[in-house]
Amino acid sequence: MIESEVLRLKKIAARIRKDIIVSVSCAKCGHPGGSLSIADLITALYFREMNVSPEKKDDPGRDRFVLSKGHCAPALYGALAVKGFFPEEDLKTLRRVDSYLEGHPSARTVPGVDISTGSLGQGISNAVGIAIAGKLVDKAAYRVYTILGDGECEEGEVWEAAMCAAHYKLDNLCAIVDVNGLQIDGATEEVMNPNPIGDKFKAFGWSVIEISGHDFEEIDRAFAEARKTAGCPTAIIAKTVKGKGVSFMENKASWHGVAPNTEQTEQALKEIEEAAAELEAAGKEA
Amino acid sequence: MGKSATRDAYGKALAEFGGDERIVVLDADLSKSTKTAVFKDAYPDRHFNLGIAEGNMMAVAAGLASTGKTVFASSFAVFATSRAYEQIRNSICYPRANVKVCATHSGITVGEDGASHQSIEDISIMRTLPNMTVLSPSDAAETRFCVKTAIETNGPVYIRLGRLAVEDVYAPDQKFEAGKGVVAKDFGDDVAIFATGYMVQQSLKAADILLAKGIKAKVIDIFSIKPIDRELVVSCAEKTGFVVTCEEHSIIGGLGSAVCEVLAEERPTKVCRIGMEDTFGKSGTPDALLKLFGLDGESIAEKVAAKIKTLK
Repeated sequence: MIESEVLRLKKIAARIRKDIIVSVSCAKCGHPGGSLSIADLITALYFREMNVSPEKKDDPGRDRFVLSKGHCAPALYGALAVKGFFPEEDLKTLRRVDSYLEGHPSARTVPGVDISTGSLGQGISNAVGIAIAGKLVDKAAYRVYTILGDGECEEGEVWEAAMCAAHYKLDNLCAIVDVNGLQIDGATEEVMNPNPIGDKFKAFGWSVIEISGHDFEEIDRAFAEARKTAGCPTAIIAKTVKGKGVSFMENKASWHGVAPNTEQTEQALKEIEEAAAELEAAGKEA
Repeated sequence: MGKSATRDAYGKALAEFGGDERIVVLDADLSKSTKTAVFKDAYPDRHFNLGIAEGNMMAVAAGLASTGKTVFASSFAVFATSRAYEQIRNSICYPRANVKVCATHSGITVGEDGASHQSIEDISIMRTLPNMTVLSPSDAAETRFCVKTAIETNGPVYIRLGRLAVEDVYAPDQKFEAGKGVVAKDFGDDVAIFATGYMVQQSLKAADILLAKGIKAKVIDIFSIKPIDRELVVSCAEKTGFVVTCEEHSIIGGLGSAVCEVLAEERPTKVCRIGMEDTFGKSGTPDALLKLFGLDGESIAEKVAAKIKTLK
């Protein structure tokens, strides 16, 4: 991937991170930690990998995305708004009674959302269903992507879905596991160790790629490899930092489901903006 | 009139309407028992066995439905509705996914497999879900109509089916109406028995026995439990002043509760609920179990006659 493309994606990711902070801050509740950890992955999906756009939101041939870790809706909503599915300004209405932006993704109300999620473990099954429809019923070319949390892999349904996807050789399916190592009650290894997640997917018959979930070149290569992989689904095990991009939120389980106050919001936005400005400057130098 | 299980009628109806290419059928390793195998024989490319993983099956169904498919997902009623309840709630009902949960082996007439396999709470838990239509047919013709209605309904539908071969109530050309009850027998205005599923046949037997005792009953088949035919429930209650409900299900939360809700709101009437009295079933032949739990025609008649005496 050329440098200017990486820069473009990093700038979009910074914008989505700001959207996450603003929307959660306005709602005074929500899940900033995990939303920030998937911001780069979701940017790569919506702004490079997937064939989706507001103009083609009902096109049967479009790629599909399911946010299995539905509590990270602020990241998804940010990506959809930047993509043009709805006004970015509306993100400030997140979780409000008069808003269409439900606390967890709602297919019935949010433009660009195909599957309602929020109950962990179900999204990957939903994605398997779409992949069965695409590959085995409609013989369509579209691909199906889903992002799961590492804590989510404690749900048994994830492994029912994993078994099913391998059984039906769903090579149009790509599951990305956001391994930030933290869940609400603390470190995944202490609460209920789901590791090694990659080995588990391998044992279930998936092709497994382990990458950094914050490195756009690695993410891009993984998606390219997944697209070339025939005969089985692909799991991308993406190591991430919970709260990535906001110093005081990074690697802290306590930021799983708490909104920043006014001062913290200002600080977070300042940090993200400064990092983006540095990128810009570095880009001009290059 | 013949005899067949509603699960058999279900399999046949799926195959009959299966030419509709939107239809996809899922099963959880019970396709020979739920009879989705009949559809599989006709349309193997649109039948998927998802193995013994009911939760995954329901959420997979929702994913398929999101691409425009009409999805039927089948298992035994206990596993379909209890094991996979939360997937039905969040993946199917909440987004109004076009999925039909068609569950066989409901009620105690499952027989020898015993209490672990006898679903006596599925109507209750499916009825409470927003966006869910709940159908409980009594015989083959009605089952065919329910499957047809489910295909024509864009949204979640639950169809409750049985294992046991049961007598036909209706001729194959009987006309049904979605959301409307059927007055299956009308001997008079002493009592209105609202029944569902196989309890329609047993209530019809009870009505004959009651008639011999000089008690004139009506038997109303409530195959559409949600939406329920409020008008018919109220008008029958008005005529008889005494109502009995009869179901192969717990008396808590099922047809009895649904009828009581309507009557309490619109025309307070004395109601006697016949069903499983807050107890699990057990192993035994279907006939022995019906007798044990008071759900055969004779027991129903006896109970209704005794109740009527106390009213006078």
